[in-house]
Amino acid sequence: MNDDPNAFTLGPLEAGPPCCEPQPVIQVRNLSLRYNTQAALDNVSLDIFKGCITALIGPSGCGKTSFLSAINRMTDLIPGCSIDGRILVDSQNIHHPQCDVQALRRRIGMVFQKPTPFPLSIRRNIALPLNEHGITQKTEVAAITETVLRDVGLWNEVCDRLDVSALSLSGGQQQRLCIARALALNPEILLMDEPCSALDPMASGIVEDLICSLQGRYTIVIVTHNLAQARRIANYAAFFWVRGHAGHLVEFGRCRHIFESPRDELTAAYVNGARG
Amino acid sequence: MSLRVKQKLRDGVIQGLIYLTVLLVSLIFFWLLFDLVHGGAAHLSWEFLTESPTDAGRAGGIASILVSTVLILLVAMVASVPLAWSTAVLLAELVPAESTFGRIVRFSLYVLAGVPSIVFGLFGHAFFSIYLELGFSILSGGLTLACMLLPILTSTAEAGLRAVPDTYRLSAAALGLSRTAALTHLILPAAAPTLAAGLLIGIGRALAETAALLFTSGYVDRMPGSLLDSGRALALHIFDLSMNVPGGDSPAYASSLVLVSLLLCINILSMKLAYGLQRKKIMT
Ligand SMILES: Nc1ncnc2c1ncn2[C@@H]1O[C@H](COP(=O)(O)OP(=O)(O)OP(=O)(O)O)[C@@H](O)[C@H]1O
Ligand SMILES: [Mg+2]
Repeated sequence: MNDDPNAFTLGPLEAGPPCCEPQPVIQVRNLSLRYNTQAALDNVSLDIFKGCITALIGPSGCGKTSFLSAINRMTDLIPGCSIDGRILVDSQNIHHPQCDVQALRRRIGMVFQKPTPFPLSIRRNIALPLNEHGITQKTEVAAITETVLRDVGLWNEVCDRLDVSALSLSGGQQQRLCIARALALNPEILLMDEPCSALDPMASGIVEDLICSLQGRYTIVIVTHNLAQARRIANYAAFFWVRGHAGHLVEFGRCRHIFESPRDELTAAYVNGARG
Repeated sequence: MSLRVKQKLRDGVIQGLIYLTVLLVSLIFFWLLFDLVHGGAAHLSWEFLTESPTDAGRAGGIASILVSTVLILLVAMVASVPLAWSTAVLLAELVPAESTFGRIVRFSLYVLAGVPSIVFGLFGHAFFSIYLELGFSILSGGLTLACMLLPILTSTAEAGLRAVPDTYRLSAAALGLSRTAALTHLILPAAAPTLAAGLLIGIGRALAETAALLFTSGYVDRMPGSLLDSGRALALHIFDLSMNVPGGDSPAYASSLVLVSLLLCINILSMKLAYGLQRKKIMT
């Protein structure tokens, strides 16, 4: 593997969106991740490009969630989890002692696989993180709340009951609230772990449209088991596979290449539904 | 006998036994209650609650006793609750569950919880009354009770904090919230019902305590003028009336009735809280 982090993991030609120069915002180099002694990721190197949607695909247990959590250092909170390798966000090593983890997590929003609303009112769910990051003016908070709830298509459903508990929402509404909560902090990068897995096709469609509309404004990394969805929304795709208990990155490239002309046999088999 | 009939018979016998034991247990409770009401109701009156005892408790009421009890309780709670809850936060939130430090603290609390209350009483007498020169006083008794309550308050609070789903902590962290913010805005409110239930259990224990107060807060049944005065707790009053005062039976019964009613109220309250907590958990 090339030691210069500024070198793309793909050739610049393949990496480039047709119109412009690709800019990597996240550069993962030789990332290995272990839970106690059990390896979950082995030597993964990957670029995430600015303003693009990158889909992580692969069978269950291949380390997609672990990969996402490493990017915003949520792995710090998991007992026994240790990391090797470098992750650069805007060329800053996130494991540098001077890196401010809270600021990092504000820049890199995350949406979990299962909806995780706080047991507070809908309004407070969005206001609490804003307040903690120094946005305390009531009118400003209210404006942001309305904007993000409109973004996720929840505003019309909840605008007259913002003060009821968020737990009284349906699962799909809760998930959209969580996405809105992440967007409220105006992150540069959004990590989404199977955001649609708990949603019905309608809500899933809304979230998918939402993600598409965020393209360009945000850099999005999304884990999905829905290959058709990955194909529809992603610019780039990374295919993970388990080899000897640890997850490996098998292939990474433009979404079209991964789905239409994969270089690896395994990828071809997986995306054609023959394996996994 | 066919297999089916045998099984039916066995089921019937076991069910019958279970009903019998349940009946026995409730019988004991109601008998006790009946005995208390029978022996004490006649002596119970508004004056009994508002007058101070005279003639070693044979006449008069229990007003000064109630005041002393409440003061001892207050001292015990003010001293133990902050300590216990911060220890619980430390154990549940800050140190890993399997760390040596956590284990040592938890083990000490375990041992402390098993120490008989008379030992706490002797310790309190030696340390608070004599070494710290607090003498026989409400302060000394309250602080002794505080030591006794530490383990129960800490372990209920720790259990309550641990029962808060990890997803709150993770999603709070993912939003860049500090640990303190997550604790104050999410985790403590979510654990509040268990904290309150633990508090009530502690209050119940403290109310019923006799042995730990024997050598610390003392016997004096006058209305206490300050925390440094000796004051007689309700349970101790009952003990004294029935053991040392001939003819003190009916005031002892009446006092017991007051104490048991208080304890019942507290237990019902804590059960209600626990039930509310359970329902909330099912809902989420
Ligand atoms: N907290 C943990 N402690 C120990 N092992 C873990 C932990 N989390 C994940 N693992 C292990 O790491 C491996 C990768 O898990 P991960 O959750 O990253 O997979 P995934 O690709 O997200 O799977 P899925 O598609 O089912 O969500 C698995 O073998 C899993 O057992
Ligand atoms: Mg996962």
